[in-house]
Amino acid sequence: MVYDAAIIGAGVTGSAIARELSRYQAKICVIERGEDVCCGTSKANSAIIHAGFDAAPGSLKAALNVRGNAMMDALAAELDIPFRRNGSLVVCTKDQDRGDLERLAEKGKKNGVPGLAIIERDELTAMEPNISDDVTCALYAPTGGIVCPFHMTMAFAENAFTNGVAFFLNTRVDSVAAEGDGYRLETVHTDTGTPEAFTARVVINAAGVYADTFNNMVSSRKIHITARKGEYCLLDKTAGGHVSHTVFQLPSKMGKGVLVTPTIHGNLLVGPTAVDVGDREAVNTTQEGLDMLTATSALSVKNIPMRQVITSFAGLRAHEDSDDFIIGECEDAKGFINAAGIESPGLSSAPAIGEMVAKRAAELLGLEKKTNFTATRRGILNPATLSPADRNRLIREHPEYGTVICRCEMVTEGEIIDAIRRPLGARSLDGVKRRTRAGMGRCQAGFCTPRTMEILEREVPMSMFDITKGGVGGELITGVNKYPQKGRSHEKL
Amino acid sequence: MKNYELVIIGGGPAGLAAAVSARDHGVERILILERDKELGGILNQCIHNGFGLHTFQEELTGPEYADRFIRQVKDRGIEYKLHTMVMDISRMDGSGDKCVTAMNRTDGMFLLQAKAVILAMGCRERARGALNIPGYRPAGIYSAGTAQRLVNMEGFMPGREVVILGSGDIGLIMARRMTLEGAKVKVVAELMPYSGGLKRNIVQCLDDFDIPLKLSHTVIDIEGKKRVEAVTIAEVGPDRRPVPGTEERYTCDTLLLSCGLIPENELSQNAGVTLSPVTSGPVVNDAFETSVDGVFACGNVLHVHDLVDYVSEEAAGAGKNAALYIQNGPARDARTVEICPEGHVRYTVPRFIRPKQMEEKLTVRFRVGAVCQNCSVATYFDDELISRRKRPVMAPGEMEQVILSRAKLSGYPDLKKITIRIEENEERKAGMTE
Amino acid sequence: MKRELTCIGCPLGCTVTVTLDGDTVSDVTGNTCPKGDAYARKEVTNPTRIVTSTVRVSGGTAPMINVKTASDIPKGKIFDCIDAIRDLIVPAPVSIGDVILADAAGTGVAIIAAGNVDAIA
Repeated sequence: MVYDAAIIGAGVTGSAIARELSRYQAKICVIERGEDVCCGTSKANSAIIHAGFDAAPGSLKAALNVRGNAMMDALAAELDIPFRRNGSLVVCTKDQDRGDLERLAEKGKKNGVPGLAIIERDELTAMEPNISDDVTCALYAPTGGIVCPFHMTMAFAENAFTNGVAFFLNTRVDSVAAEGDGYRLETVHTDTGTPEAFTARVVINAAGVYADTFNNMVSSRKIHITARKGEYCLLDKTAGGHVSHTVFQLPSKMGKGVLVTPTIHGNLLVGPTAVDVGDREAVNTTQEGLDMLTATSALSVKNIPMRQVITSFAGLRAHEDSDDFIIGECEDAKGFINAAGIESPGLSSAPAIGEMVAKRAAELLGLEKKTNFTATRRGILNPATLSPADRNRLIREHPEYGTVICRCEMVTEGEIIDAIRRPLGARSLDGVKRRTRAGMGRCQAGFCTPRTMEILEREVPMSMFDITKGGVGGELITGVNKYPQKGRSHEKL
Repeated sequence: MKNYELVIIGGGPAGLAAAVSARDHGVERILILERDKELGGILNQCIHNGFGLHTFQEELTGPEYADRFIRQVKDRGIEYKLHTMVMDISRMDGSGDKCVTAMNRTDGMFLLQAKAVILAMGCRERARGALNIPGYRPAGIYSAGTAQRLVNMEGFMPGREVVILGSGDIGLIMARRMTLEGAKVKVVAELMPYSGGLKRNIVQCLDDFDIPLKLSHTVIDIEGKKRVEAVTIAEVGPDRRPVPGTEERYTCDTLLLSCGLIPENELSQNAGVTLSPVTSGPVVNDAFETSVDGVFACGNVLHVHDLVDYVSEEAAGAGKNAALYIQNGPARDARTVEICPEGHVRYTVPRFIRPKQMEEKLTVRFRVGAVCQNCSVATYFDDELISRRKRPVMAPGEMEQVILSRAKLSGYPDLKKITIRIEENEERKAGMTE
Repeated sequence: MKRELTCIGCPLGCTVTVTLDGDTVSDVTGNTCPKGDAYARKEVTNPTRIVTSTVRVSGGTAPMINVKTASDIPKGKIFDCIDAIRDLIVPAPVSIGDVILADAAGTGVAIIAAGNVDAIA
């Protein structure tokens, strides 16, 4: 298959690039190893749009974070992304150096972060009554925000798809090599094992924790990525109001600390840990990690109701040795553009990375802008946001919006059907969950699993035996009663 | 807005028995709202026998027990709506009536006015996240109830080689069910030093099939990136933390969790109902009335029961009292006395009694917080010992009870509080194990 | 020969030791009440169980009907009963008490429906 541009990876970076590049007249594809978009680092992070005070002035991280943050209001409106500027706080405790906080504020001002201010304890406790008793002051950044990382990634991907970008899911790139005036990518279909090949004049490397592998296939300027695990605890919505701002800890000799934040959907999130791991698939949580979160979060926020944890998870950040994003064409591999080392603030920077990389790719390919670019995308309709009259009109026209499937998050059958039928629709339980929140509530899919499976079976359509949690190998059922091992041979029983 | 005397939220065993009793006590306009496709609630997936020994002196399966009550509801022509989700309960402006907001695919979102509401929403299972078990999050981790629904109602096997965490009755029952349907259950691990399930289930669900039960053990790791591949369990010390060096790894494709039930009270909470931090259910008086006038609660939404027979009995009480409320209005002048749980009594239902209005014989139910051997259940009116009943053994998995008599209480017009306490018998102390 | 059992009569769960002389029980110890004695004697000489399971339904509003043995059967026959219904498919409607299989695995005991499944309208 011949493309002008092939993007490796359908995380938030790859999807943002695809969306920006889809403004141009070009044949573009995204190749993704997972069964869905948003399957790697993009699905397990702090879900924060950082203000941008943290990165070193002059770094790509600083520039793209501040730019990406500024782009979010327009993007959220255009692409229907759940986003809110709740403001962030970096708190300084009595044992810490207030000078460090002031230096952080200075750094932020150099980076161009608007509205930064140091506030004292009195004002702080009025803003956040549950702030720890040891906190003396804080750096307040009003532009900090919270976002749904799933919807952000899907919004970019769906909009790119609508504008003609081809997505190849379940497709793992095994090799990239120069060929003619472009590159040849050897791939394998992860479900079937079928080998495939792509050629493209421009290859964009947005492969997350594997970005070094692809760079090093084509360039002598080697890069090295370490997977840095971050574990999180997500608390019930009843704890969602425990803080209203994103509360960071001032980095110290003891480490970077953990954040406590409300999520855009109203839960409370505590995390992350930071441990380098050798296995780039090691998204397991650990007892030490979970214990550390409980202990460390208490330094900034008191009385966190950890008994209300509904799930814990871990994500892997793609940390590059240079400690900055690596973005741009390889000096010794023309047409190979890296978007590598995208760790925090990667989610916040994604819009700006998309812009920057797409611009460079368009220059290289000499692309013209489309005249028929569709800039907007509608998210999955949440009937709870409608007036009662509008909601009833919707149910009359589409009765499936009257049936609640996930009772913890009050997700209706109509929303699940939408999640399956829309562009790049859900094909697994996790796919439905990330799009609709069905199964993301306090019972963690205990009730809705069998019901969501029935809807997938009917709507995709697919066999019950092929329904997975998150891709082939993760099948949910193994057979039928009295034939537990034989599975699909007894499908017709 | 449609108007009812009584709206019952939930058509499981509690809701059904409450409806029947309310009708038998004269309430005409009753509506049951059920979110599932049929009446009967969780009983429909509990296909094992052993239900109804107290109520019907027979051993019925769950669906058979439900059927008895469904027939009574249908025989009485009590109205019900299936596939209907209740979204909100609030007070009507300008009256004591309640406004119930509900939704289904044929009526859309609709409002109901009701003089009284009975909460009978049941409970949910504690999920893996709430247990904070470390490891991967692959396919193959199910709550025992989810697996029960898949196997018993849909005919699908969720796995072939199974480890079960938690020895509550659902976990034990599922060990047998999975075995009979062809899976291999390798071990049942229980965090506590005792099982939360009935002895009979340990013998007939585990021993019959040579399934080992490991007390004071928990899961400390789950392996498998796509589907569960192995589970590691370890012994726990008195602090319930894993003891290093005791790890045992079991290859398996499935982990079932049976680690406790939590009353589902999000609706109640939004309606302003006060909940008990111990039971997670509403605080009620002898009429099963919550802190909100005219809102009653029964069944597992009130506190998690061991036997459905007690649910039916309690629900009948709630139905009767809702009828009295509908007919007579709130008993405003009622004097209440609090029941205080002490010494291994974790809680009592009811928490408050009205000595003048209560039934002649009132059953107070409770659970103990530890296995108690050679102890007695003592009841005090203020500081005076009223009764002391020997119980050779009490376990947290089984409900206990004390009967209070209105006639007896009438002799104590100035009573401040009732205390129910577990006391060790004199002849042999040191009989309690944590 | 001696056998140890856990009595299921009450939460006490006494460990009861039964001494067998051939097929006859010569002694029961460890029980703390008469129920324990009776249980132990039955359990070592003729242990029986009610078996509950499911059978596939065709043309019904649900895919499965739950079933049980009409009375208890010898414990050793549990898996034979399961085998006997393994490949059965019964047409809806099915109601409580309907006989699904007249004689389960030569026990002389019927397997009956213990729930209801309506036919699809």
